[in-house]
Amino acid sequence: MDWFPLWNSLRIAAISTVVIFFLGIWAAYGIAKLPKLVKGVLDVLLTLPLVLPPTVVGYLLLRLLGPKRPIGVLIMNLFGTRLVMTWWSAIFATVVVAFPLMYRTARGAFESFDETLAYAGQTLGLSNRYVFWRIRMPACRQGIMAGTVLAFARALGEYGATSMIAGYTPGRTATISTTVYQLWRTDNDAMAFRWVLVNIAISAVVLLAVNFLERNNKKASRRLGRGAAA
Amino acid sequence: MSLYVDIRKSYGAFRLDVTFGTDGDVLGLLGASGCGKSVTLKCIAGIERPDEGRIVLNGRTLFDSEKRINVKPQERRVGYLFQQYALFPNMTVQGNIAAGARRLAKADRQTAVDDMLEKMQIADLRNKYPAQLSGGQQQRTALARILINEPEVLLLDEPFSALDSHLRDRMEREVMAVVRDFGGDTLLVSHSRDEVFRMADRIAVYNSGRIDALDEKHSLFKSPGTYSAALLTGCKNFSRAAGLRHENGRTLFTAEDWDMELSVPGTQTGDMVGLRRHYASLADGPGENACEMEITGVMEDPFEYTLFLRRPGHDCEPLGWTIPHDDFVGLDGKTVYLRLPEDAIMLLRR
Repeated sequence: MDWFPLWNSLRIAAISTVVIFFLGIWAAYGIAKLPKLVKGVLDVLLTLPLVLPPTVVGYLLLRLLGPKRPIGVLIMNLFGTRLVMTWWSAIFATVVVAFPLMYRTARGAFESFDETLAYAGQTLGLSNRYVFWRIRMPACRQGIMAGTVLAFARALGEYGATSMIAGYTPGRTATISTTVYQLWRTDNDAMAFRWVLVNIAISAVVLLAVNFLERNNKKASRRLGRGAAA
Repeated sequence: MSLYVDIRKSYGAFRLDVTFGTDGDVLGLLGASGCGKSVTLKCIAGIERPDEGRIVLNGRTLFDSEKRINVKPQERRVGYLFQQYALFPNMTVQGNIAAGARRLAKADRQTAVDDMLEKMQIADLRNKYPAQLSGGQQQRTALARILINEPEVLLLDEPFSALDSHLRDRMEREVMAVVRDFGGDTLLVSHSRDEVFRMADRIAVYNSGRIDALDEKHSLFKSPGTYSAALLTGCKNFSRAAGLRHENGRTLFTAEDWDMELSVPGTQTGDMVGLRRHYASLADGPGENACEMEITGVMEDPFEYTLFLRRPGHDCEPLGWTIPHDDFVGLDGKTVYLRLPEDAIMLLRR
């Protein structure tokens, strides 16, 4: 059995999760402070990929990054490479599709943050960066971790947009989800079933990880006394 | 040491417009909730930005709308004690205090934190998290975190509102000790007149975004000047004052709601009259500021009675008169002669 699709899926999901982590936090934090109207518009735009069919996302990405489009041409001239049909092309797809999960959960966490903690930090002379990373982030970490895990799981299972922008080339761009489809399509039922089992195993591990994190979190919250009488 | 504040800020229909200063003393900001006391503190700390005005601390301009100066909260050196203390939940007691010590040179921090833990008597709690602390311990930690930061002014925002009543008394004395020890400009925001009276040197009475009265506490309680200041300082008997006239260096008028003719020394003005419930006495018979009253009701408190009295046969507003339990004996159900002492009668502007 060629394990390439597993390795490829994992690295795509891992890289997109890192990108989404920072992008999602940045967007969630930045947008919470904007005026209402701008906030509303940006919110719709950033959440749209959550409800659009992945094929529509794939189509839009091809319109944007395709080899004949300005960006595609520019990158080809500068770096001599296409943006589509490589293993890392799938990262564009997974980032766009999984981003809203991180963005929305992180924003929810930021919005429930008690702003007086930040004020207290500022009056004590702590830099805004310190306040953000050492006070705001730890207080919001439950939501941020949940968003990260959800984004990773979603990126791992992405099929529609990935197949459109990275295609299916065995040993080069194949992921677990595209491999299952190809194997089933070519009547290789036994192999398809194996990959299905692999996929189920990974998802189970991810869910176990989530449960484990949540349990630890509950312990931590008890220690931190969220919701306890002040 | 001095703090000067002259700011204006609008929130929709609400408008804050206050001017005051301190001179190394404790100034109490007394007012009902939502009258702008906390916003004032936030403007001084730099958390909120006034629309216009000026804030100067020890000669350093923190805010000046004309000169476009707005110093960051980090550089204002303001010790802000928040209502719920705002301890960082992810840090221990020691961590919270150390977070306030980051201005100090790295080598000195640990010693300073240890000293402060000792001073505030929370050394044995150093590794506990805020949620594991009682209200009083949280307050001590918050104070330690502020003091180690060496602030130039203390801002105390309803410091005892988060505490159970039995703890309040003790923490009030502890905080007083800290404030005396600090010795600099201190603002105390509270809606409790007793708390403000005990802790402050001077009191500013807030009334919907404005300062109604600002005075040394004893003179403020003696002559609040305005109806709202009298109300906030706990005066409960009020009447309209009519027919005001000055004769022989005295001021005479009719307290319409009590149906009494009253006379006070000096030439005073006002359209309302107030009398605190503790200030009245029995008289032998009718006389100046004294007349016959019937007792229409009695309210018993743990250590005092409050009698409600009015002119016999008149359907007017009863006066409340609070006396110790012992003095009540023999008064129940009687008609008495009541004197309102002339220096306790407060003429007020509405």
